[in-house]
Amino acid sequence: MKGLDAILEEHPFFAGFAPPHMQLIAGCARNRRFDEGEYLFHEGDPADEFFLIRHGRVALDITPPGRDPIVFETLGPGEIVGASWLVPPYRWMFDARALEVVRAIGIDAACLRGKCDADHDLGYQMMMRFLPILVKRLHATRLQILDVYGRH
Amino acid sequence: MGTNVTIARDGLQALIEALRADGREVIGPTVREGAIIYDAIRDIADLPAGWTDRQEAGRYGLEQRADGALFGYTVGPHAWKQFLFPARETLWTMRRTGDGAEVTDGATPASRHAFIGVRSCELHAIAIQDKVFVSGPYPDTNYRARRADAFIVAVNCGQAGNTCFCVSMRTGPKVEGGFDLSLTELLDDTRHDFLIAIGSEAGAAIMQHVPHRPATAADLSAADSAVARAAAGIGRHLQTEGLKQALQAAPEHRRWDEVAARCLTCGNCTMVCPTCFCTTVRDHTDLAGNTARRVREWDSCFTLDFSYIHGGSVRHAPRARYRQWLTHKLANWIDQFGTSGCVGCGRCITWCPVGIDITEEAAAIANAPAAAREAHHEGA
Amino acid sequence: MAATDPAVAADPFLPALYRVARTRRELADTVTLELLPLEGVRPDFAPGQFNMLYAFGVGEAAISISGDAAEGAAFVHTVRNVGAVSGALARMRPGATLGLRGPFGTGWPVAAAEGADVVIVAGGLGLAPLRPAIRHILNHRRRYGRVVLLFGSRNPGEMLFRRELERWRQRLDVEIGVTVDHADPSWRGNVGVVPSLIRHASFDPHEAVAFVCGPEVMMRFTATALLAAGMGGERIWLSMERNMKCAIGLCGHCQFGPTFICKDGPVMRHDVIGGLLSVREI
Ligand SMILES: Cc1cc2nc3c(=O)[nH]c(=O)nc-3n(C[C@H](O)[C@H](O)[C@H](O)COP(=O)(O)OP(=O)(O)OC[C@H]3O[C@@H](n4cnc5c(N)ncnc54)[C@H](O)[C@@H]3O)c2cc1C
Ligand code: SF4
Ligand code: SF4
Ligand code: FES
Repeated sequence: MKGLDAILEEHPFFAGFAPPHMQLIAGCARNRRFDEGEYLFHEGDPADEFFLIRHGRVALDITPPGRDPIVFETLGPGEIVGASWLVPPYRWMFDARALEVVRAIGIDAACLRGKCDADHDLGYQMMMRFLPILVKRLHATRLQILDVYGRH
Repeated sequence: MGTNVTIARDGLQALIEALRADGREVIGPTVREGAIIYDAIRDIADLPAGWTDRQEAGRYGLEQRADGALFGYTVGPHAWKQFLFPARETLWTMRRTGDGAEVTDGATPASRHAFIGVRSCELHAIAIQDKVFVSGPYPDTNYRARRADAFIVAVNCGQAGNTCFCVSMRTGPKVEGGFDLSLTELLDDTRHDFLIAIGSEAGAAIMQHVPHRPATAADLSAADSAVARAAAGIGRHLQTEGLKQALQAAPEHRRWDEVAARCLTCGNCTMVCPTCFCTTVRDHTDLAGNTARRVREWDSCFTLDFSYIHGGSVRHAPRARYRQWLTHKLANWIDQFGTSGCVGCGRCITWCPVGIDITEEAAAIANAPAAAREAHHEGA
Repeated sequence: MAATDPAVAADPFLPALYRVARTRRELADTVTLELLPLEGVRPDFAPGQFNMLYAFGVGEAAISISGDAAEGAAFVHTVRNVGAVSGALARMRPGATLGLRGPFGTGWPVAAAEGADVVIVAGGLGLAPLRPAIRHILNHRRRYGRVVLLFGSRNPGEMLFRRELERWRQRLDVEIGVTVDHADPSWRGNVGVVPSLIRHASFDPHEAVAFVCGPEVMMRFTATALLAAGMGGERIWLSMERNMKCAIGLCGHCQFGPTFICKDGPVMRHDVIGGLLSVREI
């Protein structure tokens, strides 16, 4: 079995990370496994851990009041689940459900926030990696809102 | 061909008769409802003898001249395109039959036209429409037939209009080619003659029925000075160098907003323009619903429907529609047909109800291309 | 475009008569029609071209050819009912007569793409004009490098050509990515917009050619993602849509900057038109 450090290094999110920073992050990380149908987290839960998917796919659902749940995004290997841990009040805004067996690295949010506060270089590296992902998702969301295939 | 002869005023009557005898419907300028328009004429008495026009941005009026000139005005609201490319025309008719349908070509037997009094800018406009309708992979067969049958009597301008800018567009005022016959009116206290240049074999053939004499050196120089007078009196100017690039680079120029604030999107400018060629098609069905007639009509890029695709119009804002018109005319046309789409006739300036001047708008953008560009980017 | 000899060209406005041979309901508002000429044989066409279909007394609409270019005697068209003409076409029954002019426009560069990876990105009904190209490529699979088909729809219930997609998916020599904008939890596939699939697709951006068709905004985002993946604009082809009245360069309606979509397009290169795509209301 590979050590957590090696697994972390393989994940595209950490490509090019300096070894001392990798060690800091590894200190907040653990291996996670979810069975098909199991929830990574639910809407409203404290966002105390976020996930780097290694295998499997995750569906993000929202349930409008009085309506059936809607899947608005699916994420797969190499992708990150969750950004709410970055901003107060640190609560999830949707459900995350494993569509199949999911192996992921879970990162303790409070632990990482603490390390980023203490080491702004690490904080900067994390932001540099998170921001492009967030912006890309924002673009994708806009495209979804436009409902381009709809009947207009 | 290339021969010059001179005819007296009466010779013009003989020309009209000869053209009619040749089986042609003669179309020429005539005064109607306060404007000089183009319509069927039978006699030189139908011509606007002694009339001239006064044109300004948004204004047009007729005035009596001190002399009896027959062509002593410039261009009015009509253009020859209405005869070569009618405002409304049946493309075809489809009839339901027992188990299917049958289609019949709608081309009306073209009446053979003779146009009298075609200005140099108008000859260029016809040449531009030839490129649009005939030079592409799918020539417009009806246009081509009418065009091939048209006999053109051009006229050199002896005076320029206040909204004209043919000199800038290199389309006038001197008639250079593309005619069967061309006229220059020679009029002073002592004479009222026309110098005629013969431009084609058809022109030479018709002249056999028109009394004429060889042109003298004095006739030729009188004609030259008439055209020079027109060129000198030209009312407007447009700098065309670099204009195409400037316009194509400035879709977000603030000037479009400013002009759109005045523009009524009425489409008058497109209706009077001798080169505008856009059309739409409509179906007309009979009451029983067994026959459908497909009719093509002039359209204008100023309407909302023009760019409609399900969900809405692509060019919703007036600024987008004015921009489309002007950029097409003066820039995109060059990419499409190798020539500007504007001949500098000034009609769109005169007939714009709010007096928007294409030369001013184009110059404003070309002269301050970068300064007034809005920041335009897609943010995060 | 094949140059037509102007001297002998027939009136390009005259439609030929066709009969609906078969219909097939694809989606609630979308129907595929197979059209056979009443006389003679249907003309050849290139994948990506379109016809003008005329519904009696209602009018004409530009509709892409969605059938195989090498197979069958019919013109196959897939029509979505969005208005008067498309509605009349979509309601046609076998045996109905209609008018047809075409084929018109530029096609997908299937020959020029030989030897290269091909990335096909379709959104919604945009799969219809791409289907002749996909069929062609799959029928000549060995002439191409990797082939990737990415397809986005609004939701799983509005996914065009679902059965055919399944068949394509069975093949081992095509990579298929399907996604929907949103779904109910029973959907086990991807949810997300189609450009987001590009990152995961395997192709060589410097050698690949992309064919993109869908709503204009979707094509804009897709082109951006392809460019970001390292593909040059000269390798990205988009199929454009504008109001069309004549399809032969005479009515002026389809202008897009200096181009006419009907004769310079509908399939156009991104490096040629990309600058116009971001100009509002052009
Ligand atoms: C190159 C090309 C290929 C196309 N391929 C297909 C296809 O394969 N299947 C399909 O279902 N649709 C296709 N379309 C769209 C189709 O032409 C329109 O949906 C159709 O013209 C709408 O007409 P309507 O009378 O039903 O709608 P209405 O809303 O009643 O339309 C009114 C008028 O607006 C114009 N118009 C409206 N929407 C469009 C549009 N999207 N594109 C162009 N003109 C429009 C037409 O001139 C129409 O006569 C294509 C369009 C183009 C330009
Ligand atoms: S754009 Fe105006 S000036 Fe130019 S040809 Fe048309 S009407 Fe005449
Ligand atoms: S420019 Fe003048 S004539 Fe043309 S649409 Fe605007 S208001 Fe009407
Ligand atoms: S559709 Fe008429 S010019 Fe293109």
